[in-house]
Amino acid sequence: MKRAKRRYIALGIDANATPSSKELMDAIWTTITKLYGEYGASLTNLTLIDYNPEKRVAVIRTSRAAVNIVRTALTLITTIADNEVAVHVLTVSGTIKALYKKLKQ
Amino acid sequence: MKRTYADLHLHIDLKDSEKVLRMITKASKLGYRLIAIPYPASVTEEEIQTLQNTCREANIDHASRVDLKPRTPKELIHYLRRLRRKFEIVSVVCETKEVARQAAKDRRVDLLRFPSFDFRRRYFDRAEAELAHKSVAFLEIDIKPLLTLEGPTRIRLLSSLRRETATAQEFGVPIVLSSGISDEILMRKPKELAALASLFGLDEASAIETISRNPLTIVKRNREKLSPKFVAPGIRIVREGKDC
Repeated sequence: MKRAKRRYIALGIDANATPSSKELMDAIWTTITKLYGEYGASLTNLTLIDYNPEKRVAVIRTSRAAVNIVRTALTLITTIADNEVAVHVLTVSGTIKALYKKLKQ
Repeated sequence: MKRTYADLHLHIDLKDSEKVLRMITKASKLGYRLIAIPYPASVTEEEIQTLQNTCREANIDHASRVDLKPRTPKELIHYLRRLRRKFEIVSVVCETKEVARQAAKDRRVDLLRFPSFDFRRRYFDRAEAELAHKSVAFLEIDIKPLLTLEGPTRIRLLSSLRRETATAQEFGVPIVLSSGISDEILMRKPKELAALASLFGLDEASAIETISRNPLTIVKRNREKLSPKFVAPGIRIVREGKDC
């Protein structure tokens, strides 16, 4: 069987109040489902890998083919738990090691 | 070579100088190297200069822009005659079909805009695209409504945008993607704006052009035309004096 190719995306959260990891993932799933439907959302294989509420940086994993879907959905997130937010893609990488290296740079 | 990204429509209230500074700084931080803020037609040279200095401090280039909202073609011609040489970018909000047609065929117009919420007044059809192509006008799409609208209204907007984008591409009308944002929190990175363009059928390469090469082409072309050394397209004064 062919190995599934993945991408790791580091997210920066720009908000007045820090959302919890559950609130963040709920917002991402809701936006993806609204835009692409349940079928589209199922193609993303989205998982939260790491979340640092102090630095407001999260790392998510998705399938390589769905990076654009996820990026588009992230751009459209404007509120999380009634607080105004902007979720920015900081960097995208094929391995988690390279992602953290890029983030440090 | 690193790309230069531009946002030709930051909708900021110029009276709120603190907010202006914050948004300019944020635009620079997000990766934009050129921004344009619409001025009222009555703006003075000093006011434009002040904002230009603020932008220079934030390490970002600034282009002066005016948004015209004429009710008749005659009014549009009057505005263009009065304001064209004062601003680097002239955008026309086409609220009637007659104005849309006049704006599309007038070479002094840079950007064509259509009301986001009134779908019956989005007049960018094949005839409009043909005229715009001949006069080298660009179609401007604001991203703000996509961020703020939800449900059926957003669906209808996306549908209109998809149709207009296809028409523009068929007739070779370049598209400029702008934010149209007035709040800091709604500001997005250039590549995030480009990602949104996939929702109305632009591929990744074309989407990147709409926020880099296309807006820069307008500004470069108009700066050349507004320069005192400009004589005619392709002709400019290189040197003046007795030794020429």
